[in-house]
This record gives sequence, structure tokens and C-alpha cells, in this order.
Amino acid sequence: MPTPVEIIQAWRERLARAEGAAYCDALQEAAGDRVLCGALQEVMPELAHVWQRRIDRRRLLQLLGASLAMSGAAGCSRAPREKLVPYTAMPEGLVPGIPQTWATALSRGGSYAHGVLVKTHMGRPIKVEGNPRHPASRGASDAFSQAAPLELFDPERSRACTRRGAIVSSSAVLRALAAVRDRWSARAGRGLAVLTGSTSSPTLQRQVHALKSQLPEARWYVHEPIDRSSVIEGAALAFGRPAEPIYDFTRARVVVALDADFLDAMPGHLSYARAFADARRALDRHDSVNRLYAAQSTATLVGARADHRLSVKATQVNGLARRLAVLLGVIDDGTSSHDQEHERWLRLAAADLQAHQGEALVLCGDHQPAAVHVLVHAINEKLGNFGRTIRLIDPVADASRSNGDLRALCARMAGGAVDALFMLDVNPVYSAQADLPFAELLSRVPFALHSGLYQDETAGASEWHVPAQHAFETWSDVRAFDGSASIVQPVIAPLYPGWSLPQWLALIMKGEPGDAMGIVRGTWRALWAPARDRDFERRWHESLASGVVDKSQSASLTTALDRNWQAHVQRSVPSEGLELRFTADASVWDGRYANSAWLQELPRPLTSLTWGNALLISSALARELRVVNGDHVSVEHAGHELTAPVWIMPTDYPRHTLTLALGYGRTRAGEIGTDVGVSAYRLRTSAAPWLGTNVKVRAVEGHSALAAVQLHHEMHGRDLARQMTLDGFTAGARASHSEGNRLPSLYPEIDRHGRYAWGMTIDLNACIGCGVCTIACQAENNIPAVGKAQVLLGREMHWIRVDSNRVGDRGEETVFQPVPCMQCERAPCEYVCPVEASVHDSEGLNVQVYNRCIGTRDCSQNCPYKVRRFNWLDYNGYEREQPLAAPAAVMNPDVTVRSRGVMEKCTYCVQRISRARIQSKIEERTIREEEVIPACAAACPSHAIVFGDLLQSDQEIHRWRGSARHYVLLEELGTRPRTTYLAALRNSKPLDDETLKS
Amino acid sequence: MSSRQLFRPRANTVSRIVVYGSVPLCLVAAAWSIALARSSWRTQQDRFVQQPVPFSHEHHVGGLGIDCRYCHTSVETSAFAGMPPTQTCMTCHSQLWRQADMLEPVRRSARTGQPLRWTRVNDLPDFVYFNHSVHIHRGVPCSTCHGRVDRMPLMRQARSLAMQWCLGCHEHPSPHIGAANPFDPAARPAMALGKHPRAVLDSRGDPLPRLLECSICHR
Repeated sequence: MPTPVEIIQAWRERLARAEGAAYCDALQEAAGDRVLCGALQEVMPELAHVWQRRIDRRRLLQLLGASLAMSGAAGCSRAPREKLVPYTAMPEGLVPGIPQTWATALSRGGSYAHGVLVKTHMGRPIKVEGNPRHPASRGASDAFSQAAPLELFDPERSRACTRRGAIVSSSAVLRALAAVRDRWSARAGRGLAVLTGSTSSPTLQRQVHALKSQLPEARWYVHEPIDRSSVIEGAALAFGRPAEPIYDFTRARVVVALDADFLDAMPGHLSYARAFADARRALDRHDSVNRLYAAQSTATLVGARADHRLSVKATQVNGLARRLAVLLGVIDDGTSSHDQEHERWLRLAAADLQAHQGEALVLCGDHQPAAVHVLVHAINEKLGNFGRTIRLIDPVADASRSNGDLRALCARMAGGAVDALFMLDVNPVYSAQADLPFAELLSRVPFALHSGLYQDETAGASEWHVPAQHAFETWSDVRAFDGSASIVQPVIAPLYPGWSLPQWLALIMKGEPGDAMGIVRGTWRALWAPARDRDFERRWHESLASGVVDKSQSASLTTALDRNWQAHVQRSVPSEGLELRFTADASVWDGRYANSAWLQELPRPLTSLTWGNALLISSALARELRVVNGDHVSVEHAGHELTAPVWIMPTDYPRHTLTLALGYGRTRAGEIGTDVGVSAYRLRTSAAPWLGTNVKVRAVEGHSALAAVQLHHEMHGRDLARQMTLDGFTAGARASHSEGNRLPSLYPEIDRHGRYAWGMTIDLNACIGCGVCTIACQAENNIPAVGKAQVLLGREMHWIRVDSNRVGDRGEETVFQPVPCMQCERAPCEYVCPVEASVHDSEGLNVQVYNRCIGTRDCSQNCPYKVRRFNWLDYNGYEREQPLAAPAAVMNPDVTVRSRGVMEKCTYCVQRISRARIQSKIEERTIREEEVIPACAAACPSHAIVFGDLLQSDQEIHRWRGSARHYVLLEELGTRPRTTYLAALRNSKPLDDETLKS
Repeated sequence: MSSRQLFRPRANTVSRIVVYGSVPLCLVAAAWSIALARSSWRTQQDRFVQQPVPFSHEHHVGGLGIDCRYCHTSVETSAFAGMPPTQTCMTCHSQLWRQADMLEPVRRSARTGQPLRWTRVNDLPDFVYFNHSVHIHRGVPCSTCHGRVDRMPLMRQARSLAMQWCLGCHEHPSPHIGAANPFDPAARPAMALGKHPRAVLDSRGDPLPRLLECSICHR
């Protein structure tokens, strides 16, 4: 019996001998040879389906003929008659076809808001932009706000009140409520407990105060999985009063971030990112550039942008802060760091800080223990940074009236002292720490009511559930990171029954929900204490129109360091063994955004993972465990165990740290969010919510395919994302290799005669890699989510992707590079399209005519930048309902919804250009610079993208393009892109022995 | 190989008919499909549809002389010309013809708040982004696309609204623009009035070929 390999070899030889007609006969015979097919299947099992599902010639011709006939038949139809449904009474100020914009505020997580402008089309909110007037936004927005319209229209939102899963009317809820109210009212609120997320809302604070004075025995608990309690506690220890620091990066010439991700994780991150980017914009070589030192215990955006980076364990950060304090003379302590690399980094940073007193900033991460915050405050105080680059304000989310967190509530529930529990906009059954038996205690509470956007885990475990109202449906108020207040106003009438948070408090206190707007107005009437009614109305309307309450920023606290601050400094020893860092997830935060397909498919910064989390481990540890990406490991921490797939990080990732993002492994999130990833809450303990020490990890059976969109980060010697040293830049180096000369080309010269010449420039020095541009583009351009299986096949549809490229001598530095369509003046895609679906217009746009496209995909094949996306399947649910397809209500009516088999790509938001062009034609003028801002540029927190008309020399894009940092991606191909780049800058401190010795 | 006859002699005739016949057949099929694509069956030109109320433009525009903008309020400012809300109908019909059976759907709509559901007559495909306001500001009379609505007792689609028809103007816009009052049902473009349409276009701006680019109407 010959082996399969021998059989195949025999056929190979026979085919090699045959020629002409004999060769064809031999092939025919080979196809019918069962022995050979069996051998092939055995040798190549992954291709077995090719042999099993055979299509013969006859069948193939049948299919070809049928598809030809059917494509012809598809043309023999008429457009369906559509309906025109006018209003019965036209809403005031509405012009059909022209979107309206409303100012309101959204908060990531619960408490820290940023102002947004919601664009509504005929009453439907379809797009969110940042509010330029709001200090926390400055015109930018985050990924969660971009996905907010999708969340609003999510068909899986909770739609009805339920009791033990059965639908009941809201009056049944009110009746049940009245019964329990009688019980607690008689006992001054004894047995009543309210659990909410942390809140900065002045209205809610007022109501909680009223609740506590009305019912002194009632309890209010705050459960926020991602909170800032150690920041506030640190300030309390250092200054003797709870406070929050806020930073001014525009004035900071030197920034030392001790495990502090101020570009992404901290409240105020949007405005910090903008200020930080502005402080190192440097278009001209004489411009000043700040310097960032970052110590990181996991992969962070700040670490990626740092000029001097140090990878450490989270428990080593205290030691770093201590040593820094010693070097700066803040505390007196003889010890020096035993690690050479740490010592060098610290000495460089200390020397730089010393040289820039009052223009420097030291900050540490929210998750670091209070003792580290104390040290950092002392260092900033010593450097005279307070009042210049940092100031203190009262905590924005005041929890001083609360009776504690979930742990306190569990203790009270265990004591049987909770008869009625209201869980409002929280999901504690899912997000409770692993050591709290919340779900079990909940089943013993006689009256448990949950109000939330979804029928989530807590809804399933509670007797009563009432739908909550979306932030776009209700009245409320909220504060930003600096205390600025915004009134949250509805932009659409509630889609489903339910009550807002202020109404719930009113329900609990008075038994009736009342009118949410009246409740919020009552708060502000009390706060403003206007002399006349007219004054109140004026301020109220001004606040609504601008999206931020004028002069509501928190005042700076003038406090000196507490005399005993040194007593709170700890001499903690770094832990041995492995550490497990818990992080908020860039896409689902603490799990509450899990049911959003846009967010799930948004590549996570640095890892580019979509649809789920993974345990991030260092490559050294991976070698030790003998695992590759996706292999399962079992993580054991404090008696809890979890199996998770691993994702191996590049070399500079801290060797002894594991990182697991919160928010996954939901069991009742909805069709999209359920069973995606693994739940880090199952390892998280209330004693150490941010860091697990002495973690054990071992490889176990199992493998999960992880859907990452960027499979390698090396540039293989090609200069795609460029980086310059500041020294080189100051000395007059240029990023472009062609020295500004046009390279010769074989393509014919094309006459462009447009009135405008659109162009885009992306500053890699400003890009922080957050990926908001990607999701903003998705929301604006009706881009479908395709799901994990399709992402694994490389079929994601994002029109702009953010690549992270490894640069530097050892590939240890990261430069982020957003890549939209380059709108090449000599576009390779256009030459190969057989049906002219890819054509140029006179304003320089490389436009894609969807109706012409027949899906040959030649254009994508010929595109050197790989920015074209093909609709392999009917992702938008055009022909058949798709679970991931966005509801029609959220679609932008100004953009075509593409169907299956069509190529699509970035068009510089041509719909925005068209709108501006039409307006300018009507007004008989030229389009102004601020009129056309593509969605990516509008959303970008760090103003890394500028768009403009190359023919108008006064536009910002000209200043950018004049910079020595300007270069063209793959310029040598002669495609002449309209999208160009500014190289990143690295401002490393020159190493001199003097610094290291002193 | 056996020498048995596989085909009867008749097969020769059949195959000849098939071979020679297929050429005219293909031509006829092509001509038929082109004709079909341009037919009013396909474009739905000049077809009347059932509407909830048999609204007569002839009566309201031609007879009473009501301006287009009284009902189509956003025609000068928006892409969409606007459909009158029930309230607009009721401004007159709360006083006039209050008992007319024909107007019962309008009164019911006003009473119940349920909107009237008209059937679209002039309907462009969803991938075409026509903008009313810019055409009006260029002085394209309403009648260029909508025909003489003042002579239509029931609304019908006056033009084919095919892309080829759109391009007819976009290729040579001069004869079609510059009307002094585009809302006049009998409005004539400037050239028809003996004015200098070329000058009208130049003073306002765009180079002509721009109007033929895909991105003008498709996004």
C-alpha cells in the first residue's frame, strides 16, 4: 500500500510526462481518481472541503447561466412607490432636510461629562460632535459618544417594565412601589437603600440631600467599577481635605507621568490630549516642545507617546515616586533605586524637573494607591507647580453623603437590614467584585428593583425591572472634570416607558415621578438664586444653548500640604511574582457599552483587538508558558480562577505584568455583547480593585481566535510612519526624502481645474492613537460592523484605520498613524477599474460611484495604501435582517447605504463638502475653512487631522504643509496623495554624564 | 467509435435556425430591454397614483394662484422642498369646504394627529442627492422638472427623471437657468427671454464641467 505522498508523487510524474491532449486527459482522469483524492485529503485536511463539495463542469455552467439571467432579471423592476409623510403640525424651527444641532452632555462611565452637540435629522439623533465651547470637550469627543446614537436606537434596549421577567404595566410598578413606600415611610426610611453609580449631577446631589433629611434612616450607596477614590483619598491625606487635581498641560514643559494615562483613562482626557498635543505641535523648528517621561505598568497611550519610557510593575511606582522625591529633595531617604535603568530614568527626569520648576508636572494614575498620590502632591508642591500647571478643586462626583460602596451595601444586606433596594443605572450583579456575594444577597431582599437601559444581569436577578431613559431622552445635569456644569436636555422623546434618575429619586421620596425638567430647573433656580424670574429664564436658555453653564467651573482650592503628610508616605516593597492589572476597556468601559457593534469592532488602541478582551502578557512570559496568541491560560488570584486567551505584547511591555480589561464576559448584555471575551470582575477583589499581586498563571488546553486588525507592527525597513528627533528637527532636518521636489512619473499629467483642491494633513506627533476618528467616520458614513468572524477574515469596513508602527533603532517606540484614503492625484485604483466606478473629480476627490461598482476588487488590489473596503456580504441588512446591522433610524440620510458587492472608501466626507458647496453657491461666496470638517478631524481629541482647500493660502493646512516635518506616504510610488503626514517628534533629553552622576 | 448515426437529418435545420436565429434574437432582446428601461412603465412618467386626498395643483396653483412656497416651504433653503403639514391645509380648510367628504382625511388627520400618507410622485433613487435650493437659486424654474403643475388636476411625474435627462441640463445648463421668478408656473429661463445666460452662469461661478462630475449628485 503506497503512502499518500507516494500516490501524489506518482501522479505528478505522470502529469509531467504528458503533453497536449494527453495532458488534458490525464488531468481529467486525475480529477476522477478516488485514490488520488483520498490521498490529497489526507495530506491537506484543511482543503478537504474542496474535494468533498465537488462542482462539475455542467453544474458550473448552470450556475454561470443562472446568475447571468438573474442579474438581468434584477434590472427588470421598478422602484417601489414610496410614501411621503408630512407632519400634522410642523415643529418650530425645523426645516426638513436640514439637520438641527442641540447642545447637551454625555459622560463616560457615570460622572465626568464632556459637552456634545447632537445632530438630529427630522428628529432623529444621528451624529454626535464635541462641543467647542465645553472645556472638557473643546470640540472633540470620545468613542462612547460617537456610539451613543446607536445605543439610543439599539433594538435590544429594555422596552417594558417586568416583574420576574414577565411584562407588567408601569402602573403596576407604581402600585407595588406605593405599598413598600408605606412601610419605609413609617420607619423614617429604615430598610430603604438606593444604589447608583457615582454622580456629579447637582440635581441628584440635591435630591439625595433631600432624601436623607426626609428619611434619615435611608441609605445611599455608590457603586462605580471605575472610580477615582484613591485620587480623592490621596488629596485628603496630603491636604487634609478631599480634592481632585486638574492639570494644565499647555504650561507644562516637562511632564512626568507615573503610570498615569492622562490621554485616555483620566477624566478630562479629551482636553488634556488637546493641550498636550498643542504643547508639542512644533510646525516650525523654533517652536518649543514639551518632554514626557512615562513610567507604565501596562501598555498605555501615554507610554507610547513618551520621550522617555520606563516599563515597571505597578507596585514599583511607589518606589519611583519616592526616589524622585528624594532626588528633588522633597523627602530625605538614603535609599537609591537598585535598578540601573530606573535610576537613570529617574535622574534624567529629576534633573529636567529641577530645571523647569513651575513649568513641570508630575502626575500618577488613578489606580495607584493614595500614598503615591501624596508623594506626587508633595513633589508638585516642592516644584512650585500648584497654581501653574496643576490646581486642586473639590471632588466633582461628591460621594460624601453616600453610605459607602458596594461592600458596605453587601454588609448591610447580609445583616438583613435592607427591605427595599433600588438599583438605578447600575449593574452590580455583573460588576461586583469577586469576593462580594451580591447576587446571592440580592435574592434575599424582599423588594428589589432595577432600572437600566438593558435587561442585563441585574435585571435578571431582580424582581422588578423598569427601563431607564437614555441620555438623549431625558432632562438631567452633570459636571465635567473641572466642575463645569452642563444641563442635559432631551433631543428625542423617550422611545420606551421609564423614568430618569431624578424622577426615580422623586418617586422614592414623593411617590410620583414628577416632571424631569421641572426637577432640574428647581435645582438651578436654587443654585442661581435669581432676583427675578426673567433672569432665571435667560440663564437657563443660555446654558441650554451653549451646552455649558457659564462660570460654573470649580474654584481652585488654596490649601497647603498637611503638616503630617509624610506620615502617609509608605515604604512599600514591590511585590514578587506576577501582577495583574485591571484596566477600563477602550470600547466597553466597565461593560456598560458591551452591546454596541460599533464599539466592539473598534480596534483597541495598541493591540488592535476587536470583539473581546485578552490577557496581555509579555513576550518573555509567553515563551516561559509556551503559549502563542489566543492560547488559553488559567489565571489565579486571591482564590479566584479564570481562563482567558493571551495576547502577547511587544518587548517593552512590563515583563511581570498581566493586563486584563474589564467589561467583557457579559451574560445578559444582548445579542451583540453577550459572551464576548472574559469577565475580569471574576478575579477582581474589593481589597485591591486595580491590582492583583502574587498571581499564578499556567497554560491550559484551549485556543480562541482573536480578531486583531493589525497583524504586525513592524515596517520592514519602509519609512511609513516617520519620526524625527527634536535635535534633528531643530537643526533643520526634513522628514521628506524628496526634498520637496516632485518625483518623475510615468503617469500622464492630469489637468485639474477645480475651484477647490481639497487636502488633508495628519500630524503623527499629535496623534495619540485613541481611534476616535475610526468610529466617528463609521457613524458619519453609515459604515457597517461586520462581526468577529468577518474581522478574522480581514473584512472589517473602517474607512480610516489607526496603525501603530514600531519605530526607533530597536523598534521600541510606537508611532500611531491614521490611514484614510490618500485621494491620490494619480490614483492607481482608477486606472484598473473596468467600469469607471473609481473616478476623480475636479476638486481632487477620488470618488467611488457605488452604483457603477460591479465588485471586481481590482481597485483594492492596486491600492498601495489598502484603504478600500469591500462589502463581501450584506452587512447593512439591505436584503435580509442582520443582527449587527445598525437600525435604519441611525443612518445618516446624506450618505448612501452600500449594498453587498460594492467597494467603498473614504471620500473626505463628500456629503459635508457638498452641503457647504451648495450653501456657498446660494450665498455666492467661497467655502470657508471652518465649514468643511470631515468627521475624523472633528472628533479628534488632539487636533491631529487638518483639512482644507489647498488653493486658499490662508488656511491652516498650508502652515502644516510648510513644516519640515511634512512628508508623503509612499511618495516614491508617484501617486501624489492629497492626504499627507507630519512626522512625529521624539524629544529625548540628551544623555550627559553630569546628570547621571549628580 | 461506432458508426451509428447520432443525429437525424432534421438536426441540421434546427441547428441552423438556432445559430442564425440567435443573432436577431439577441438584437431584439437588447432593443427590448433598452426600450423597457426608457419606457414610462419603468420611469413611471405620466402615471397617476391614488392619493388619500385627490389634491389638485390645477385648482390651487392655476386657479387660486397660491405660490409654491406656501406649501413647499423649504424649497429655497433645503434639499427637500417640504411637504405641507396638515395644519397648512387647515389654514384654509378650517373655513372653506368644511363639510366636503373629499377633505375628510385632512380633517381626521388634524383631529387625531395622524399624518396624511401621500404617495411620492417625483421620486429619485436613494443614491441621488438632488438639492432643490441650489437649483432654485440658479433660477431653474420649478416647471423644468415638475412640468406645468398648474395644469395638473392630479399630480403626475412630468419628466422621466432618468439620469440621462438630468445630464441634459447639466451638460448645457445655460438654456435652463436664470429665470426671474422660478416659482411662476409659466416661468421661462433667461435665454428664452433673450438675456445672456452665459453671463448669468459666469458671474455666479462654477466652471461648467464640474456639473458633470459624479460627486455632484452621488455620495
